[in-house]
Amino acid sequence: MIGIEHYVVVSSILFVLGVLGIFLNRKNIIVILMAIELILLAVNLNLVAFSAFLGDLTGQIFAMFVLTVAAGEAAIGLAILVIYFRGRGTIAVDDANRMKG
Amino acid sequence: MVQAFAFYLFAALVLASGAMTILARNPVHSVLWLILAFFNAAGLMVIVGAEFIAMLLVIVYVGAVAVLFLFVVMMLDIDFAELRAGFVRNFPLGIAIAVVLLAELVLGIGAYRAGAIDLGTTDGISAPLAGRSNIESIGALLYSKYLFLFETAGIILLVAMIGAIVLTHREQRTGRGQQNISRQVARNPKEATVLTRPEIGEGVQL
Repeated sequence: MIGIEHYVVVSSILFVLGVLGIFLNRKNIIVILMAIELILLAVNLNLVAFSAFLGDLTGQIFAMFVLTVAAGEAAIGLAILVIYFRGRGTIAVDDANRMKG
Repeated sequence: MVQAFAFYLFAALVLASGAMTILARNPVHSVLWLILAFFNAAGLMVIVGAEFIAMLLVIVYVGAVAVLFLFVVMMLDIDFAELRAGFVRNFPLGIAIAVVLLAELVLGIGAYRAGAIDLGTTDGISAPLAGRSNIESIGALLYSKYLFLFETAGIILLVAMIGAIVLTHREQRTGRGQQNISRQVARNPKEATVLTRPEIGEGVQL
């Protein structure tokens, strides 16, 4: 039967895939944002699974708040990306050290 | 049996599409794989009985966030081949960190299975209502115990919306034939029109 461990294993692997995505695509900030979405998805999966197996809805409520923050983060991140691209003509984050000062 | 089959199907698909999201060459394909990952994660949540969060995941992530990603990827004219330059160079470090992280997480799960970690206990208030659907129970809890947190979430969304608009809003360029509304409103028919009665063959003096 499917237990909590199955869900935890799946969301652990998904979380690690998200972290790996940040390292592999270090220059491409769009893929980095998508990897962050994967990480948040793994967290949500974990929250929902624990909530269901524990018989307590708090986890699902907090999954909803994580969803809210993820949506806001994606919107702000992409807006910053768009103005960065407008000014520089590229989105390579290696060049982002020009932003200091 | 059916539940186990569905779990393994969704789990395999979510992991495969998650891997393809970070490995795909074209970011448009990455976004499409991400959408598939979200759908399968929603399937996993439906199996466990959390229909509301699953539907919210589909609506918010697939309907809004993924479409926003697609929009930005397609709007910006970027040379993606150049951005993949460090992919192979970063591969060993990334794999090493991923393996260490996964090992730690698996150790945690092993500790749970061995009985070293207990799940928490419910406080009774947050338990699902007997005989009610998932969404009814969530609504009852969200609008009572978590009301202020819920409103804070609304404020976060408002701030995100205003921030995104302020960041990307462009000032209108001047010198391009703009409308002067006060002048337009101040005109009246007496100044704007004249009635003349010219002689035949002479025309009108403008």
